[in-house]
Formats: sequence, C-alpha cells, structure tokens
Amino acid sequence: MKKIYALTSAVALAATFSVTVHAGATLDAVKSRGHVQCGTNTGVPGFATPDDKGNWSGIDVDVCRAVAAALFGDAGKIQITPLTAKERFTALQSGEIDILSRNTTWTLTRDTSLGLNFAGVNYYDGQGFMVKKSLGVASAKELDGASFCIQAGTTTELNLTDYFRSNNMAYTPITFDTSAETAAAFDAGRCDALTSDQSQLYALRIQLKNPEGAVVLPEIISKEPLGPVVRQGDDEWFNIVRWSLYAMLNAEELGVTSANVDEMAANSKDPNVLRLLGKEGIKGSGMGLNDNWAHNIIKQVGNYAESFERNVGQGSPLKIARGLNALWNKGGIQYAPPIR
Amino acid sequence: MITKNGSLPDQPPPTNSIGVIGWLRRNLFASVLNTLLTFLALYIIYLGIVPAVNWVFVNSDWVGDSRDACSSGGACWVFIAARINLFMYGFYPEEGYWRINLAFAILVLLLVLLNIRQVPRRGWIAAFTLIGYPIIAFYLFYGGAFGLTVVDTHNWGGLSLTLILSGVGIVASLPIGVVLALGRNSQMPIVKAASIVFIEFWRGVPLITVLFMSSVMLPLFLPEGTSFDKLLRAMIGIVLFESAYMAEVVRGGLAAIPRGQYEAAKALGLNYWKSMTLIILPQALKLVIPGIVNTFIALFKDTTLVLIIGLFDLLTTIEAGFKHVSWLGFAVEGYVFAALIYWIFCFSMSRYSQNLERKLHTGHAR
Amino acid sequence: MAAEKQPGELPTKAAWWRRPVFRSVVFQVLLVLGLVYVGNSLLNNTLYNLEQRGISTGFGFLGVEAGFGILQTLIDYQETDTFGRTFLVGLLNTLLVSFLGIFFATLIGFVMGVARLSRNWLIAKLAMVYIETFRNIPLLLQILFWYFIVLNKLPHPRQSLEMAETLFLNKRGLYLPAPLFESGFWMVWAALALAVAAVVFLARWTHARQARTGEQFHTFYVSLAILFGIPLLAYFAAGSPLSWEIPELKGFNFKGGLVVIPELAALLLALSIYTATFIAEAVRSGILAVSHGQTEAAFALGLRHGPTLRLIIIPQALRVIIPQLTSQYLNLTKNSSLATAVGYPDLVSVFAGTTLNQTGQAIEVIAMTMAVYLTISLSISLFMNWYNRKKQLVER
Repeated sequence: MKKIYALTSAVALAATFSVTVHAGATLDAVKSRGHVQCGTNTGVPGFATPDDKGNWSGIDVDVCRAVAAALFGDAGKIQITPLTAKERFTALQSGEIDILSRNTTWTLTRDTSLGLNFAGVNYYDGQGFMVKKSLGVASAKELDGASFCIQAGTTTELNLTDYFRSNNMAYTPITFDTSAETAAAFDAGRCDALTSDQSQLYALRIQLKNPEGAVVLPEIISKEPLGPVVRQGDDEWFNIVRWSLYAMLNAEELGVTSANVDEMAANSKDPNVLRLLGKEGIKGSGMGLNDNWAHNIIKQVGNYAESFERNVGQGSPLKIARGLNALWNKGGIQYAPPIR
Repeated sequence: MITKNGSLPDQPPPTNSIGVIGWLRRNLFASVLNTLLTFLALYIIYLGIVPAVNWVFVNSDWVGDSRDACSSGGACWVFIAARINLFMYGFYPEEGYWRINLAFAILVLLLVLLNIRQVPRRGWIAAFTLIGYPIIAFYLFYGGAFGLTVVDTHNWGGLSLTLILSGVGIVASLPIGVVLALGRNSQMPIVKAASIVFIEFWRGVPLITVLFMSSVMLPLFLPEGTSFDKLLRAMIGIVLFESAYMAEVVRGGLAAIPRGQYEAAKALGLNYWKSMTLIILPQALKLVIPGIVNTFIALFKDTTLVLIIGLFDLLTTIEAGFKHVSWLGFAVEGYVFAALIYWIFCFSMSRYSQNLERKLHTGHAR
Repeated sequence: MAAEKQPGELPTKAAWWRRPVFRSVVFQVLLVLGLVYVGNSLLNNTLYNLEQRGISTGFGFLGVEAGFGILQTLIDYQETDTFGRTFLVGLLNTLLVSFLGIFFATLIGFVMGVARLSRNWLIAKLAMVYIETFRNIPLLLQILFWYFIVLNKLPHPRQSLEMAETLFLNKRGLYLPAPLFESGFWMVWAALALAVAAVVFLARWTHARQARTGEQFHTFYVSLAILFGIPLLAYFAAGSPLSWEIPELKGFNFKGGLVVIPELAALLLALSIYTATFIAEAVRSGILAVSHGQTEAAFALGLRHGPTLRLIIIPQALRVIIPQLTSQYLNLTKNSSLATAVGYPDLVSVFAGTTLNQTGQAIEVIAMTMAVYLTISLSISLFMNWYNRKKQLVER
C-alpha cells in the first residue's frame, strides 16, 4: 500500500516534469515542446561549458543550436542537460534528451548494441598524452613505469591498457569521475601524465595553473571520431540532425558564412549555394523543415569553420589547429555529401 | 576570638582560590599533568590560530573583480564575492532571484511563527508549512502559473538547490516514514514484514548507490517513453532513502508513548486509525521533532553527494567556480566558504534541536 | 439496528465484514496484490526496456576480460583478469579502508570523548571545538579538502621527504619498507599463536586464583613479556627469516615497498576525523550516563581510581556506548563509498563505476554492490541484537 502511495505520488509529481516520447515521433515531440533537449558534457572548455549566467557554448553545443535553428529558426531554443559519462546513454535511450552531443566516440558496440545511431562526426579526435615539461619526456615510448590520470568509464581507459600491453610497458592508472578532477590531480602532481582525447588535452591544458609548463606528446594511440547521437528507429529525426551538421560543412566548402549569408542568398549565382540556402532544388521539405532551414543555421550558428574557430580554434584560448578536421579539399577528412 | 555574638563571621577565602586566579588554578593548573596539558593546548591553539587569522584576515583580499586583485598571498575573497550569486542561486535567471528570496522568506516567517509560543493555532500553521507551503514554493521556483515564467530545473542550483533537495527530502519522507513506522509496529504479519524489509533495505545501502540507481537505473524501471527530470530522479532516490530513516525516528517516538495512552484510546472505543491520528501520533510526532531536525541535518550534509551525479548544488557550483579558467587555484577559499555555509546551517540546527529536546524533556517530566 | 432488537434477544455479533480479523486479512491480501502488481510491472517494464534497447542481461559479464588497470589491488590483479575479479578487488579495498577507518576513528573518538570531559577547561573546550566543527561539515567536502591539501602540500617524488632512507613521503604516497617473509617464518607465527594461548591461560589462572584466595597477580607486564619474548626467541632461533624490501626511486616513481596512496590517506583522514566526532559524543554520553553515585559507592568500598574506572564505570558506560559505536561503524563503512570522489578504487568506484560503464549492465552491477553493503549492515545489526540481548540478561 505504502509503495503504491509512494509510487502514485511520485508519478503525480512527475507529471509536471515528464516528457513522453513515442518511437518515430521525436520531431513532433520537439515541435510541441518548443525546444530541443540536448545532452552535453558537464563542462569541457571548447566543447560544452556554461558561463556565469548558465549559457552553454562549445562545438558540441553548436550542433544542438544548429538543429534548433533549422527547426524553429531560433538557435536559442535549446535546453542543455549536463551528463556524466555514466548517464549519457541511458538519458538518450529513455527520451530525456533528443540529441546526445557529448564528445562521444563512435564505436561498433555503441552504434549497434545500445539502440542508438551516430548521426555524423563533428570532431575527429585521437587519444594522446600530456606531460609536464619538467619531466623531460619527448615521446610516449619513454613513459614506461609512469602513472596516468584518466577519466573513468571511457574508451580512454581501455586504449591505455592496450597501448601499454602491446608495447610491453608498465603503468599505474589513477581514475577520476570528471575531466576537471583529472586535470586538477595532474596539475597537483599526482600523476606523471594525463591521457585523454587530444582535443580535451588542449582544453584541460588551459585549466592548469601554468599551461606553458605542460606539453602534449605527438603520439596518438587511437581513433576517436566524436559525433552527435540519436535514438535508433527515428529516421526523420536522424536525418535532421545529420543534415544540420552537413549544412554547416557544406556552407564552409561553399564559402557561405554568417556574415555573408544574406547577401549570398540574394545575389549568388552558384547553384550549389542556392540549393543550400533553399532557393532551388529539394529545399527542406524532405525533412519536414522550412525552406530556409540551412540559411537559419548559417545565419545564427555559422558554418563549420566559424564554429570550430570560435570554440576550439584560433578564436578561443584552446588554439587547436584544424588538422584532421579541415575540409577534405584542404588536407583534412571532413567531408559532407552534397545538398541536391 | 570569641565574642558575645558567638562565632566570628566567615573569613573570606584565600585570594588564590577565588576570582580569576582561583578559576585558573582549578581549571587549568590543578596538577602537574594538567598544567602540561594546558601548555600543550595553548601551543596547539597558537599553531592553528595564527596562520589561520593571517590567511583569512590579515593577508587577504576583499575588493576587486578579477583574480588580479588577489596579490597579498592570503585568502582571495574576491573570488567568492564575484561568484556569490552563482553560489546562492545557481543558473537561475537574475530577474527571478526575488522568487527564490520570497519563497525562503515565507519559510523563515512560518518557522519563526511556529516557534513563538504565544502565536495561536500553531497546529494549523504547522499543517500549512507541511502541505500548503510546498505547493506555493513549487510555483515560485518552477513558475508556470500566476504569470510567472517557467524556470527549468536545469537552471536551479547553488545553496537554493541544496535547501530544496533537503526540504523536499524531509517533507516528502515524513508521511511515508509515519506509515512505515505504523506498519512496522503493526499486528498484521505481512504489513510488518513488508515495512521491515523496506526500512532495512534502504538503511543498509549507501546513499551514493541509491543516487546512482535513481540516475542510471530508474529510467529502465518505468514504462517506455516516460522519463523523469534529472532533479526529480535524485529527489525520488533521496525520499526513498530518507523515509526509512524517518520511519525509525517516528518509531522511536511511538515507543516513547506510555502504554496507558494506547489502552485509554482502546477503552474509549476508538478504532485503530482514530486512536492513532487523534491520540498517539500527535504526541509521538511532537516528541520526535528533535529527531526530525537531526535527520534533516544529516540529509542537509548528505545532499552534497549529488555532486557525484552532476547536479549543481552548493558544493558543485563552488567546485565549478574554482575550476573555471578565470579563477583557477582558489580551491581552498572555495572549500572554506562551502564549509562555513554548511557549518552555520548544521550548527544552528543542532543547537535548536538540543534546545527543543531540553524543553520537551521538562514538559514530560513526571 | 439496536432499535429493532426485540427484548431478550442476545446482542448480535458485529457483522462479519466489520470484524478486525477479517479486515486485517483483506488489507494484507490487498497489500500483497499491490506489491505483486507493482513488482510485476516494474519487472516487465525493465525486461521490455532492456530488450528494446538491446542491453544484454545476466551475470555472464563477470567472466569477461576487464581490460583496465586498477590503482591499488590487495590481491593479484592484471588487466587481463575478469570483471568478476574487479568486484573482489573493489570489495577488498572497501574493507581495507573501513577497517583502518574504524580503528583510527575509535582511537580519536575515545581520546576526544574523554578530553571533552576533562577537568582542564582548555582541553575540554578544544575537544568541543573539534567536535562541533567537524561533525557539522559534510563528509564529502572534508574528503575533497584533505585530498586537495595532501596533494598540494607534499613534494614531488624526486624531492621526497625521507626518513633514514627507508620511509619516503611525496605526492604519490607514503612509501614504507615491505616485509619479505622467508621460508622459516612460519615458526614465528606458530610462536605467536603459542604466546597468545599462554596469555589467555595466564589470565584465566590469575582470575581463578584471585576468586579462590583473594591474592592478586599483576599480569600486564608478564603478558607483555610473553607476547613479545616468545615470538622474538623463535625469530632468532629460525635464523632471522625476515628481510625488508626498501622502496627505491626508479624512473618516474618509487618501486617496491608498501605504499599508502594519497587517495587512501585523504579518505582515511576525513572518514576517521568525521566519524570520531560522533564516537566522541557517544563516549561522552556513555560516561555521563553512569550516575555519580556509582563512583562514590566504589570509593566507599575502598576501590582506588583505576579499578573504579575499570570495574565500575567503563562496563556500565559501554552498555550505552557500544550500540552507538556499532551504528557509527556501519555509517563509516557506508560512507567509505564516497571514495569515488577522489578516485580511491573501492567497490563503488571500481565496480559500480568503471565496470558498470564498460559493461553497461547497470542493474546487475548496482544490485551486486547494494547486496554487499546490505550483507555488511545486516550482519552488524544481527550482532547488535545479539549483544543487546546478552547485556539485558546481565541487567537485573
């Protein structure tokens, strides 16, 4: 009896908060709700961090903003749920969030056995190492016997083991729940090296007391394609997320930026640009979007290059080079199918 | 000397056994060992106090708006001052601060009224605090009615979230706790067994696993498509956990009611529910108020564990504060500030409960 | 009803549906049905959700290779070992920190509880300040604070603080020489067992003799001599079969020896300081609960201060202290799960943390973790009940 009482009261209370999602109906649910629910990291500079007012920014957040811009014409119609590594998949599976954009590595297991789909790659990453300069180490091969600070419950932990086992070296792992704790422990000298995705190493480096005193080693020991994730079985929603990301990439390739998008839409003669901006061709109808969906994304969020430079590149304290994330025609591997 | 009036008036005691000197001799230098201990204690105090005072007051910085203002080498209170709104209200929109302030002002008013003896109808005020107030507070915090804009729970944080979590934990677990306590004392074997299993289960596991369970597993238990807000999930976990402790507190109160009261209620022909609600529970609940306050203190401290599931309570916001690029390295200030806030709340509540205990004791002395 | 009764008719019994027995049966049946319904729907939901999301079930994962390293392992553990073994490693680490924490908390708690009652005003106040400060600050905050302090104030491995070139203290931990037992060392263990048996026998004998003749025999120093002397003799007789492994700075870190990692140190410090405040209060209330008349009566019987304390005060105070003490021990064990905040590899951190993440089998992992804590707390409760019954029998 008391359990039923507890349960009914919990359910009654939950009615105020709960969100109901039917398979295949994410789009309807998002539209009627009026905003996109996004799961992000609890705070990794450049990827997703809150400012003093609780406004989130970062390259992962931009994916959500792009989707909101495409749907509502307003990139601000998002709500961020910060998630720990443990919670992220359950939160998406249970419908608490619509998109998981939380520097999540695309792997076979995750794509096939968790009921999820990866909608693309917004950042090509790989696991690397950061050490203090004073240690005098130039390569990861010299790290035999060293201790490593790692974030628990990630692919990083397993990669590290694989790397050291295959190179026949010994190591001591020291694991923490969040990346901030990991960085703090490394800063305090608890471990000799910090290992994580390279992008995060740069992000964590600026969180050190003396960023100049730490170097990122050249070795990359794994492939970590990071991208937004949606629930499996809702192709409509999957397409919207995937093509919101591709629109940003295509915009960069075509030279459309937030500054010149209005002008391009009015004056451009390039059919590719016109198709992207909804003046010609299939427009947004195939996805149930307005014709100017991509226009809104570019206008409000910017193209991929703008988002990259603003959050993690030269316009940010991280100063990460484009590298693998440059477009395919500029030496990188970012490649979006054409919009036509 | 003998006088006509009999004995002389008493001589005053020797000067070294009264006044300051006498007090010192009695309390600090009663024996050699005692003297040594006194000096040892003085030395410890010296070791602890001097650097602390220097750090907190003498060498500290109080004014400024960035880390550059902190150059004296002592504590940098600028960090706290710059982020105090974040610590108090979390990411709650600034124009909504009055809503939080109002909600807590009403609560303080109600609590003050409850503790003044002369106020009439305190029973009704208590009932209102437990039933009516949470509804008002909910609308003030969350909005969505009376023209208040909705502030999503993701934006709740800081000290106000800590207070909300512990407040909800106590208020919601009280009725469940009462039912469980009655169940555990019941004559019906199945009811009794079910209550015991429930209570012992939740008391036997650490809160952190309960929070893990509510944050990771709860969505799996519910029908497909239903999902709870993260905050609500944490609250459900806390309430289930806390109701078991509450049940034991209430059971202590039930046990303290003399048998005669139960027998008298029966003799009057009252049935079980009437005798409980009219005779036993009013007395028992009054007796266990100190116990409830103590549970509240424990819960208030325990809410810090939501840090591990990523909710932005007071401790998490402070941690996020000194891990932010612009304020790196002020962890000690952050921790000391957090400790001070928690300490003020817990210490004053524990004093209050001790006071109450004393008052209740005299009331029931036979 | 009563009005319709004819005079002389016996008062009818209450209708069958109004009888308490019937009501209680109905109520309980409803409760059972309700519980079954709730349990069943939870189970169905869970199974459906698991299947829908393609999450595997069962305990098969315990046999799968873990593939991650663990910082501190009391038993042999390799990355190639199974998830099942990570459970054991975590469990042992939890037990280690709990036992050490209980030891230190009891020590500090008793000292502070007695100090709180000291006739020295300054000492009593200091103890009070300690108690009131640390019991009113959340434990998690204390753990984080100590960890931060420990990590920041200690030197780097290459500038370690050292003592006699055998003890080293740095950010990576406290390094101690590790004993290496050689083949003949079993003789020392055997001698120790013998010595313990001898001491027990001696105690019994003196007790019996005192009961018979009233003669006292001071066993303390004799026991001490037996306890240390016999094993020491055996040790030399076996040719000193013990050597020490001294930690050495090799490469980045110290190798060899025993190490107390900073995570353990911070956790232990916070747990014992926090729990000790509650133990101190228990000790104080226990001592105060023994009425002063008991002391006066003991003095009147001619007992001196020591025996009064040992024979009169402490046994009575313990009756109040021990129940509170056990519940504090239980709390400490449960609180040790906060280890996850500083990365000490306890059960929650290793098993309900990393293993849960790598396998994704939340239900099985959390259930196993909860079962461990439940087992510990239920066994302590059983012990408590047994103890209380025993004490009640003594009371007259």
